Amino acid sequence: MEHRGSSEKPSSENTPHEPGRNVGRRRFLGYLVAAPTLAVAAQLGDSATAPSAASAVIPSAPEQQEIYDLNDLLTLAAKPTSNLIAVVINSDGTASFDMPRAESGQGVTTMAAMLIAEELDLPLDKINVTLADARPELLFNQFTGASNTTIAMYEPIRTAAAIAREQLLGAAAVRFSVTVDRLSVRGGVVYAPDGRTTRYGELAVRAASRRTREVDVTLKDSSEFTVIGTPRNRIDARDAVTGRKTFAMDRGVPDALPTMICRPPTIKGAPRSFANADEVRQMPGVTHVAQLATGIAVRAKTFGQCIDAVNALDVTWNPGTVDTESDDTVLAKLREAEADFGLAPGGEVIEGDFVFHFRNNAALEPNTAVADVRPDRAEIWAPLQAPILCKEQVAEQLGLPLDAVTVHVEQAGGAFGRRMFNDVVLEATEASRKMGRPVKLMWHRTDECRQGRTHPMCTSRIRATYSGDNVLSFEQLHTSVATDYTQGFGEIITAKAGQLPPNGMSNEENFAKPVFNATVNVPYHFGKVSHALEETYTYDTFPTGSVRNLVNPDVRTAQELIVDQLAATMGKDPYEFRREFIDDDRLRAVLDTVAKEGDWGREMAPGTAQGITVHKEYKGATACLIEIDCRDETVNREIRAAVTGPRVTKAIMAVDAGLAINPRGLEAQMQGGIMDGIAQALTSSLHLRDGVLLEGSWDDYFYTRLWNAPFETRVIVMPPTTGEPGGAGELGVPAAMAAVACAYARATGTVPTTFPINHGTLSFTPKPTVPPLPPSPTNGLEFTY
Amino acid sequence: MRTHTFIVNGERVHVRIEADVRLLWVLRDVLGITGPKYGCGINVCKACTSHINGKAFNPCSVRVRDIKGGDEITTIEGLPDTVGADLHPMQEAWLERDVPQCGYCQPGQIMAAVAKVRQARDEGHEISDADIDEIRNICRCGTYARIREAIKEGAKKM
Repeated sequence: MEHRGSSEKPSSENTPHEPGRNVGRRRFLGYLVAAPTLAVAAQLGDSATAPSAASAVIPSAPEQQEIYDLNDLLTLAAKPTSNLIAVVINSDGTASFDMPRAESGQGVTTMAAMLIAEELDLPLDKINVTLADARPELLFNQFTGASNTTIAMYEPIRTAAAIAREQLLGAAAVRFSVTVDRLSVRGGVVYAPDGRTTRYGELAVRAASRRTREVDVTLKDSSEFTVIGTPRNRIDARDAVTGRKTFAMDRGVPDALPTMICRPPTIKGAPRSFANADEVRQMPGVTHVAQLATGIAVRAKTFGQCIDAVNALDVTWNPGTVDTESDDTVLAKLREAEADFGLAPGGEVIEGDFVFHFRNNAALEPNTAVADVRPDRAEIWAPLQAPILCKEQVAEQLGLPLDAVTVHVEQAGGAFGRRMFNDVVLEATEASRKMGRPVKLMWHRTDECRQGRTHPMCTSRIRATYSGDNVLSFEQLHTSVATDYTQGFGEIITAKAGQLPPNGMSNEENFAKPVFNATVNVPYHFGKVSHALEETYTYDTFPTGSVRNLVNPDVRTAQELIVDQLAATMGKDPYEFRREFIDDDRLRAVLDTVAKEGDWGREMAPGTAQGITVHKEYKGATACLIEIDCRDETVNREIRAAVTGPRVTKAIMAVDAGLAINPRGLEAQMQGGIMDGIAQALTSSLHLRDGVLLEGSWDDYFYTRLWNAPFETRVIVMPPTTGEPGGAGELGVPAAMAAVACAYARATGTVPTTFPINHGTLSFTPKPTVPPLPPSPTNGLEFTY
Repeated sequence: MRTHTFIVNGERVHVRIEADVRLLWVLRDVLGITGPKYGCGINVCKACTSHINGKAFNPCSVRVRDIKGGDEITTIEGLPDTVGADLHPMQEAWLERDVPQCGYCQPGQIMAAVAKVRQARDEGHEISDADIDEIRNICRCGTYARIREAIKEGAKKM
C-alpha cells in the first residue's frame, strides 16, 4: 500500500446530492501530542446533509428536520472544542483509544476500532477501545444520544489514526534510510523495499512527538477501504458470551457493599420519617441504614439481604407529585392542552386521533452506581450517557471542586435513554456520604418500573386533505406530557436552538419544541405539511425521558396509519401510494427493496396481513415490511404466564445509513429496533392508577419475548449512498412500530387508535406497593429443565 | 448462620451465610462469580440462568439452604469445562452469529439454550421454533433473531 499523506488525488467521494463538492482530496487537521509513545489527537468534526427532490406530486417545502436536524445541532455544539480525542500507539504494537462516549450495546466501540484499523492498517484485534472517564474540558463532546456517535466521530477518529500511520511510516523511513513512498505496511508491519521489516510497536517511541503541534493529513478514499463497510463481529463479543464482560454491578471496588433503597408507594413521593432503623440495622448482613432525599437506603453484605431489609422498614411517606393522577385524568389533561387545527384547506378530509400510553425506558441492567465518597474527594463508577453533567452534579452535591470528583464510565447493559439521567449516581453519592462508606447502589427491577423514567403519554392527531389523485395537506398536532430534557443535552439546546433556521424556532423557554422540530418530518409530498407539539404538566411532574428514539415511533405510527387510509380512500395500494408520494430517493429505494424482498402483496389468509412503512432520520433511510397473524388461534395461543396476542411472523427491514461502517452491527441495531417496534405497537406500556405505575417487573411489563418475536427477521443493508455514516441505534424503531400497526389494521380491518393495542386489558394482578419490593421466590428448583 | 457447601464450576465451595439468602447473591456478592446477572429477582427475566446438575435454573429464586452438598452448580464461567474446550459449541455459535449487543442477558441466554437443546433431545427430538418460543429469557436489546439462529446452529454441534 502506498503512502498517501502527501498526495492530492482526485476524489471519488462525491455524494449523489452534492456533485462537485470535493474538488480535491480534503485534508483533515490533527495534533501530534507530546507523549512517551506516539499519540495523535483530532477534533470532532462536522457533517452535512442535503435534501433531495422528487417529482409528479405537489412538493412540500423542506421541513426543518431535512435542512438542519438534531444531529447537525449536536455536531455543531461539539465543534468549538478540539484536539481532544487521541489514538495512542503502544510499544507492544497495539493502538489504544479512550472513547468519550457510552457503549451500551449499540456497537460504537467496535465502530471506533474499525475506523482506526482502516486508517492505521492494523488488525482489529490489536486495537483497544476503552470508555473515557468524565472529561469536563470536552464540554458537549461526551454526550451519547440521538444516535450521534458515529456521525460525529467518523472523521476525527480516522484523522487521528491516519496521522499516526504517517508518523510511524516517517519513523520507519528514517530507520531504513529510504523515502516514505517506498515503504509499504500490512497488519502493523512496515516493509522496506529490500525486505527489511519493522513493527509499529518498535516505532511507537521513535515516532512520538516531543511537543504538541498541528499536522494535517488526507484520509483513505472510500475505494481503498478494506475494513469500513465490511461486516465485523463486536470486539467485546467473546467477553460477553463467556461472562467476562463486566458492568458497574460487577465492579469489585473494595468495601462497596450492596445498597438498595426503600422507595415511596407513589411516583416521586418522599420519606418523612422511619420508625425502626435500629431494628433493621440488626437484620442479617445489614451494615447501614440512612435516609436519603428519595427514600431510605440500606447497605448490606448481599443484595438479597438489602431486599429483605428494605421491605422491613417502617416508613412514613410524603405524597408524590401525581397521587391523584391515572391514565384517564392524564388523557383528559392532554385533551385540554390539544391545539386546534386551523381552517381546513379544500378537498376531502381524513382525520385520525391516536393515544400512546406511558412506557418504560429501563434497560435490563438496572440503574447501578458505585460511589466512594471521602471528605475531600469522590469516585464514581456507572454507565452514563452524560458523564460530564454527572461529574458536575456530584461535585455540586458534595460541595467539592470539580477536579476532586472522578467519574468512570462503565459499559452499559443497555441504555435507551435511561442513562442520560444521573439519578442513581446522585443517590449513591448521598448514601456513601451519609454512611461514610463506599456503596454499590442498585435499583430493584420494581423500582425501575415504578419510579423509573417513562416515555411520556401523548396524543397525536392528524388531518389530511386530498382531491383527485393529490394530497393537498397533511397536518399533525402532537400533545404530550412534558419530556424532561434538563439533563443530557439541555445546554446544547438552549445554547443553539435560537440559531436554528428557519426563524421562529427559537423558543428557548421550551426545550421540547426545538427537539420535536429537529426530529419530526413527513416523508411524503403531501402539499401543505405541518406538525407541532404542545406539552402539558411541568417537566418534573412525571419522571420522563426518551425511549430509544424521541417522539418518532409515536409520531410516525400515527402518520403511516393515515397514509394507509389515504391510499385506501384514493383506491391505491399502500406500497404504490407511498412510492408515488415519497419525497426522498433513498427512501424510495429502501421501500422498493422491502416490497421486493418481502413479496409485498402476496396472497395471505384472512386474519393475517402485511404492513409497509418508511422512516428517515439520523441521516439514514429505512423501510419495514411486517407480516402479522391476528387469527384467534394465534392470538389465544398458550404460553405459561405470558401475554401472547397477535404475532408478527415476519419482519423485513431495509436500511440505508449513508455508509454502513459495520453492516453486521447495523443489521443488529435494526433487529433490535424491530423488537422495540413490536413491543410498543402491541404489548408494552405502563398503566397509571392513582399515582402508581401498576407494572412492577418483566412479568407484567411486556417487552417482546421470544414467543412474540418473528420467526423470520431479515435486514437488508443498502450499499453506500451518501458516503457519510448516519446513526443506527434508534433508527429502526419508528418504521417497525408503524409497520406493525399498519399490518394489524389491515389484518383485523380495524385501525388501532390506542397504543399499545393491548393497553385496555389489564392482564395481571398488580404487585403491592407496600412493602415496595416483591420478595424473591424460593421455589426456583421446581422449574428446572 | 451455618456453612453451606456445594460444587460451583467443578470446585467445592464453603460459604458461611444465612440459610435463606438466595443463591444468586451467594454466587455474585460472596463468591464473586458475576456471569449470572440480576434483572428482576423474581425468576421472570432469567438473566441469572445457570445449571444445577446439568439442568437450567434461576439462582435468584433458590435459597442456599436448598442446595445439597453434592449439587453441581454451573455458571457461564464453567460452561466450557463441561465439554472440555475453550468454548462450548453454543458459545461458538453465539460468536459466529455475533449475537450479543449490550451482552447483559447473554450468559443467561446461552445457559438456557444449552439446557433447552438437551431437554428437546431427552424428549426425542431436535430443537424447534416451538421449543425456542418457550425460552423465557428477556433481551432488552432485542437480539432474538440471532438468538433463534444461534440456538439452531449451536445445537448441531452439541
